[in-house]
Amino acid sequence: MSEARSRILDTIRRGLGRGPLPEAQQATLRERLTNPPRNLIPARALAAPERLLGLFRDMAEEAAAGITPLSRESEIPAAVVNWLEAQGLPASIVTGEAPLLSSLAWEAAGIQVQRRAARAGDQAALSVAFAGIAETGTLMLLSGPENPSSLNFLPDNHLVVLAASTVVGSYEDAWAELRRQHGSLPRTVNLITGPSRSADIEQKLQMGAHGPIRLQILLLAPSLEAAVR
Amino acid sequence: MEPKPSTQPRVGLFVTCLVDLFRPSVGFAAVKLLRAAGCQVSVPAGQTCCGQPAYNSGDRRDAQAIARQVIDAFEGLDYVVAPSGSCIGMLRAYRTLLAEDAAYASRAAALAERSFELTAFLFVLRGVRSVPARFATTVTYHDSCAGLRELAIKQQPRALLASVEGLELREMADSEVCCGFGGTFCVKYPEISNRMVSEKVQRVAASGADTLLAGDLGCLMNMAGKLRREGSALHARHVAEVLAGVTDSPPIAEP
Amino acid sequence: MQPVSHAFKENARRALEDPALQRALGNLRAGFPSRRAAAIARLPEFDALRDCGRDLKEHAIAHLDFYLEQFEARVQERGGQVHWARDSEEACHAVLEICRRVGAKMVTKGKSMVSEEIALNEYLSANGIEPVETDLGEYILQLRGEHPSHIIVPAIHLNRDQISDAFEAHHGQYGYNKRLEEPSELMNEARQVLRRKFIAADVGITGANFCIAETGSTVIVTNEGNGDLTQLLPKVHVVISSIEKVVPTLEDVCTFLRLLSRSATGQELTVYTTFSTGPRRPEDPDGPEEFHVVLVDNGRSQMVGTEFQPMLRCIRCAACMNYCPVYGAIGGHAYGWVYPGPMGAVLTPQLVGIEEAGHLPNASTFCGRCEAVCPVHIPLPKMMRHWREREFERHLSPRSVRMGLAGWAFVARRPALYRRLTGTAVAVLRALAGRSGRLRSLPLATGWTAWRDLPAPEGRTFMQRWQRGEGGGAS
Repeated sequence: MSEARSRILDTIRRGLGRGPLPEAQQATLRERLTNPPRNLIPARALAAPERLLGLFRDMAEEAAAGITPLSRESEIPAAVVNWLEAQGLPASIVTGEAPLLSSLAWEAAGIQVQRRAARAGDQAALSVAFAGIAETGTLMLLSGPENPSSLNFLPDNHLVVLAASTVVGSYEDAWAELRRQHGSLPRTVNLITGPSRSADIEQKLQMGAHGPIRLQILLLAPSLEAAVR
Repeated sequence: MEPKPSTQPRVGLFVTCLVDLFRPSVGFAAVKLLRAAGCQVSVPAGQTCCGQPAYNSGDRRDAQAIARQVIDAFEGLDYVVAPSGSCIGMLRAYRTLLAEDAAYASRAAALAERSFELTAFLFVLRGVRSVPARFATTVTYHDSCAGLRELAIKQQPRALLASVEGLELREMADSEVCCGFGGTFCVKYPEISNRMVSEKVQRVAASGADTLLAGDLGCLMNMAGKLRREGSALHARHVAEVLAGVTDSPPIAEP
Repeated sequence: MQPVSHAFKENARRALEDPALQRALGNLRAGFPSRRAAAIARLPEFDALRDCGRDLKEHAIAHLDFYLEQFEARVQERGGQVHWARDSEEACHAVLEICRRVGAKMVTKGKSMVSEEIALNEYLSANGIEPVETDLGEYILQLRGEHPSHIIVPAIHLNRDQISDAFEAHHGQYGYNKRLEEPSELMNEARQVLRRKFIAADVGITGANFCIAETGSTVIVTNEGNGDLTQLLPKVHVVISSIEKVVPTLEDVCTFLRLLSRSATGQELTVYTTFSTGPRRPEDPDGPEEFHVVLVDNGRSQMVGTEFQPMLRCIRCAACMNYCPVYGAIGGHAYGWVYPGPMGAVLTPQLVGIEEAGHLPNASTFCGRCEAVCPVHIPLPKMMRHWREREFERHLSPRSVRMGLAGWAFVARRPALYRRLTGTAVAVLRALAGRSGRLRSLPLATGWTAWRDLPAPEGRTFMQRWQRGEGGGAS
């Protein structure tokens, strides 16, 4: 294999008419990797902060995500119960170890909560998004004990708590925030824009190909005006 | 380039091989339009073909030889104008085709700068906004690929047609989709070409127009040939004929 | 898969006469361009982003060796492994070894055109490992024993009946015995069947839309979520990526993401855009224990520094084939291998040889729509012309065509001779046509006259008449 490696790199270099890059050039490129510059960002993603939440909602709903606006964390369990009931589903969710969720009154709300990775047969999962990206109504979710990635994909229904304070304009803003808070990337970063779908059968769009059939975003916005368009 | 209506530029007409051989009336229409726009028109005798057949078949050597011949033939003129977007696209491509030729590289670049498709030349460089022609017909306009995508020919012929008395332009669906000519493509892959031209003439018919116009004779011969084979009552002409008011000769492929 | 591009003409003919395929292609031609147009109408910066994307890709290619080394180092730092493969054999072998070491019996696969290129499924099957495609379209094709006809919507050529047939024939073993007709029911049955596979798989194999040098991450984009279940549930995650997928940073990927979905399906962003970085961390409750990236060359390193280098920018959006009138008439199978349409016409000869794939760059009118919509400004017609030049140099085009063109060029380079011969020719054609204005048939021109009339010449050439003083005469 290392023979393959050197042959491939040699052929590339021959095509470029040079040997390995001189150290000075490598240093310049490494600098760009360490401090990545931003390329052109669309104006839409640079909207004023007070517009971002409305933009996020519009784009997420366009992508067929549902939005439940909440003004306090304490409202989450009731919102989950109501939503599950409306779908005709049992009051039972699978979730991770997110601190935000562990302090809530689940039992009082009458929900059975299991804290683990998802398994086949799970109907509904609840995650906490790391960030929301207003540009396209996209959620950023990070793998880990707080939000096992399987929660995002195995159950038929996915509920995601998104704090309005974590909604940013552009993908770049979300990466910057991830670097700031965590330094390096976890095993999986999921950017999720709406529920699963496919148009592979006669070009007709159908929801629920392999991932969740429904995606419901519990949008935690302290002032209700911010959450309402 | 700024329009200079007060001067008499010397324009060399690049006739194109198809116009030369199959429909000279287009060439005469072009001459008439150029003179009406205040140009002194010559037709250099050393021209034959722009070299596209060789170029697009991968024969660079012959394409380069023909390119040099064209450059030589059109030396000393202010502009080169052709009633064809694809031929002018080819003339402009001489710039890269002869980039390594010390003797011709700069001349090829200079030729590219002063070569224009007919309607673009009239509208943009001569500032022509109307023609005195009359053609009381409903027409539709096919956007030939090279003219559209290499030379941005779109509004210029339409603007000029709008001034033709009695003429009504009805756009067809997908006027910008290829008609299936493609030079040697239409004879190398005739079934595919036939499918493309069949669909194109369907859309021509669906436009409600009774005459098809375009700026490239290759496209027109392809589409007119199909219309005739299908027994269609639709007609086809080159846009230059209509703009110059020389519509006394029969439409393409008609008696 | 074994290329059959040499049979392009026959396959194209068959495709033209296939009513079901033609209906499907009609849907493609009606749907994709308008969806793309609507998406880019909402993004004023789209054209500026295309320039940016082109420049980023050219930069990455110009430093491809460096970025591959950086990518490898980061993958290894995160506990992953990188395998380098010069060709299909080395790539398949690397994957097989990974599978064998963990005793894999069944592997799930996300959509990967490179895996088609290296014929991975056949190789694994021949070695006792069952590969299961999980992208719905790919899964259906696998049941039918067929290959993809489009790089984004691989089963676009199929209609509902064919899918119902395939499920009816193969799902009985899972306890599904009813023939389904409704798309939603078909999709739900596939969902149930494949769920078991996702969970039971020993190894998950995905492709990569991008490999990020900054972080050692691979990126996949799907709408279904199948790639995610593939890269998440099994013990081992293998990424198969061709070498030119490497881009420098996360920020650079953002630019490409803005271009990719809009160009491909007209979506703002694909539903699932997933960044995989190394195996699971010690505290993770799920995720694979092993992360492997197989970097596949298969002819790409030889493109660097050549006139075909721009093809390495391709981000596999398929806009070119969605807009191509030739692809739109014949579909993807006629191209005879993995990559159809304009990008296939340029890439296939490089990867399987121009002798095999010679028709592909020739079956184009150079209308230029492909280049006009390419999100990274790949000059596709120009590179098809370069292939024609290579064929010409090697005398690969049919003799009759060569001789005809050589004859034309010979005469065209001699104006006086040209005048005499063309003068005679048009007089003859005019005589043959009589007053009818057209020729219904003409020996040596059946390629034309089989399908259309040939407009007759007016009788004398322009140059003859001009030189006689007509139209104001020679000035």
